[in-house]
Amino acid sequence: MIDPAVPGGAVGQPPGEATEFVQLLTPEGARKRPAEYPLDVDADTLRGFYRDLVLLRRFDTEATALQRHGELGLWAPLLGQEAAQIGAGRALAPQDYAFPTFREHGLTWCRGVDPAQVLALFRGTSQGGWDPAEHNLHLYSIVIGTQTLHAAGYAMGIQRDGCVGTGDPTRDTAVLACLGDGATSQGDVSEAFVWAGVFNLPVVFFCQNNQFAISEPNQRQTRIPLFRRASGFGFPGVRVDGNDVLAVYAVVKDALDRARRGEGPTFIEAYTYRMGAHTTSDDPTRYRPSGEIEQWQQLDPIDRLVEYMLLTGTGDETYFAEVAAEADALGVTVRDACRSIPNPAPESMFDHVYAEPHIQVEAERAWFTDYHRSLQPHGTGGA
Amino acid sequence: MGETLTMAKAINAGLRRAMEADRHVLMMGEDIGTLGGVFRVTDGLAKDFGDDRVIDTPLAESGIVGTAIGLAMRGYRPVCEIQFDGFIYPAFDQLVSQLAKMHYRSGGMLRMPVVIRVPYGGGIGAVEHHSESPEAYFAHTAGLRVVSCANPNDAFWMIQQAIVCDDPVVFFEPKRRYWEKGEIDLGGPPAPLDRARVIRPGSQVTVVAYGPMVRTTLDAAAAAEQEGTSVEVIDLRSLSPLDVATIEESVRRTRRLVVVHEASGFLGMGAEIAARITESCFFHLEAPVLRVTGFHTPYPASRVEEEYLPDVDRLLDTVDRALAY
Repeated sequence: MIDPAVPGGAVGQPPGEATEFVQLLTPEGARKRPAEYPLDVDADTLRGFYRDLVLLRRFDTEATALQRHGELGLWAPLLGQEAAQIGAGRALAPQDYAFPTFREHGLTWCRGVDPAQVLALFRGTSQGGWDPAEHNLHLYSIVIGTQTLHAAGYAMGIQRDGCVGTGDPTRDTAVLACLGDGATSQGDVSEAFVWAGVFNLPVVFFCQNNQFAISEPNQRQTRIPLFRRASGFGFPGVRVDGNDVLAVYAVVKDALDRARRGEGPTFIEAYTYRMGAHTTSDDPTRYRPSGEIEQWQQLDPIDRLVEYMLLTGTGDETYFAEVAAEADALGVTVRDACRSIPNPAPESMFDHVYAEPHIQVEAERAWFTDYHRSLQPHGTGGA
Repeated sequence: MGETLTMAKAINAGLRRAMEADRHVLMMGEDIGTLGGVFRVTDGLAKDFGDDRVIDTPLAESGIVGTAIGLAMRGYRPVCEIQFDGFIYPAFDQLVSQLAKMHYRSGGMLRMPVVIRVPYGGGIGAVEHHSESPEAYFAHTAGLRVVSCANPNDAFWMIQQAIVCDDPVVFFEPKRRYWEKGEIDLGGPPAPLDRARVIRPGSQVTVVAYGPMVRTTLDAAAAAEQEGTSVEVIDLRSLSPLDVATIEESVRRTRRLVVVHEASGFLGMGAEIAARITESCFFHLEAPVLRVTGFHTPYPASRVEEEYLPDVDRLLDTVDRALAY
């Protein structure tokens, strides 16, 4: 059983009054101003966040529908995690490099990846989708936690390039490594924490604790609140309300700034909830405790921002309607883009196995091409 | 012609050259800095290039390979030392699911010029996990190149070729040959990295070997010659890709083929070579392709390892069997 005396409170519970986390916007839309995170956001920034959250939710909903219509083989919905991802994504500087999991559609959104390129992996037309260098965003990682080591290694490269602690805001660079609560049990993640700690790497580990690793709750991954793990590795751990876009933005930005200044890594636990299924192949009714989703629905990341914008006059029904219309248009664009992604040519499976020629791959490609040519009726099988 | 070096010193010299040629070349591994590696292969490099480029890593093999992948994404060319063959398995996922597939996953946009150096094989009287031959696991994985050097000159040149290669290369070093000396030909590499070489011409039977078994095979060929049998020896050098053409050319002349390796025979390199040569040289063969290998057991305790490892007698016995058809 969980020891209730563990600092930070019990794991796996919806947040309450006693929950220790950074919050700038309550679920009711009230603004809090903790001294450690003095964040001033103007009306345009707030409206930008609102637009991001709504369009991202629409993209995600559309993708789930596309899977149901057979256009995608699979989809990993982010419903409920919009604020965590937008807050983190908007905190990045252009030169920062991010390593997503497979659910980071908010990060691809913030980094300007074409939605069709995000869908290609799930449609089965690509194993990747976009040019990582173009977006300073690595490809989705499917094997849980592996990307945290890649992030640590990338941060070692940044150090060696002299892009830490120079004071030049366009030069100093940080890495954002995304992971989930399940990944914290992986050995690779502990190894990445060791590397980050002993080499004082410019990396921020951004863990979206969405309470479930497919069906397994937090209690099966950890005895203590996850953010407490960081102290054992020798760097700060912070828990933030993952459904509060302002708090996530402030906390991630602060940690990235620290990393760029050369002050080392931070572990951030964004406390949130996966409102949907793990993937479209999953059935959460088999494991979700009854009543839990209703509790979390009261904590919705978009609702609280609407309340705050209405209270402060930074948004009104006209603006919300504009964004809703934009979301409808995005839905149409995403549907059309998805359906128009062509299947790859079969022989393309032999492309890019190696960067330099490999005798066996080239021989198999030649055999495959000849074989298919031999199946063509005579007179139509031209080269 | 250059100086005479042990294989360990030849690899060291090759690493040094690569580091001098490209500042993006880094060394990573356990005990490779201050100590110079448990086999002293990286001796002196930390002193001369600094600990930013010769990195004593935390004791975690998955971490070594995983962070090397990240460094490669940032434009570096990491050379990782896995201290012993039997310690590579904690890095298996990073090697097979990440390093091998990253170029493919990215549609060619990411390159992974990472070298994984592995002292491997038996014959040094070691405790468990220090004498293994895991090369087939990696040769089986598309996206990895797998090579093994057998003499100091190849060691010197192949490590440099592996480092400039834009693909990941698993570089198997036959640890029991680290102290054998040979002349380094500074005139240039003896062959491309992906080519086998006929290192002793012969006419009656071809024996294919690689890594630690090349020396054993040359000894067996010399002994066979005393008995009037002419053995052609091929040093495979590259296991993936596999230079089948060089083997085919030889077998079409000698009409008999024996493959030797320390790794167990079941689903090993010998099985692949036998299948391919049977298919391509069926009407040239006078005998089935035979194998001399380790057994399908865990690597045994060192007091019996000489019975496990293929030796000159087992090789000659198999050559005789091939000739008896």
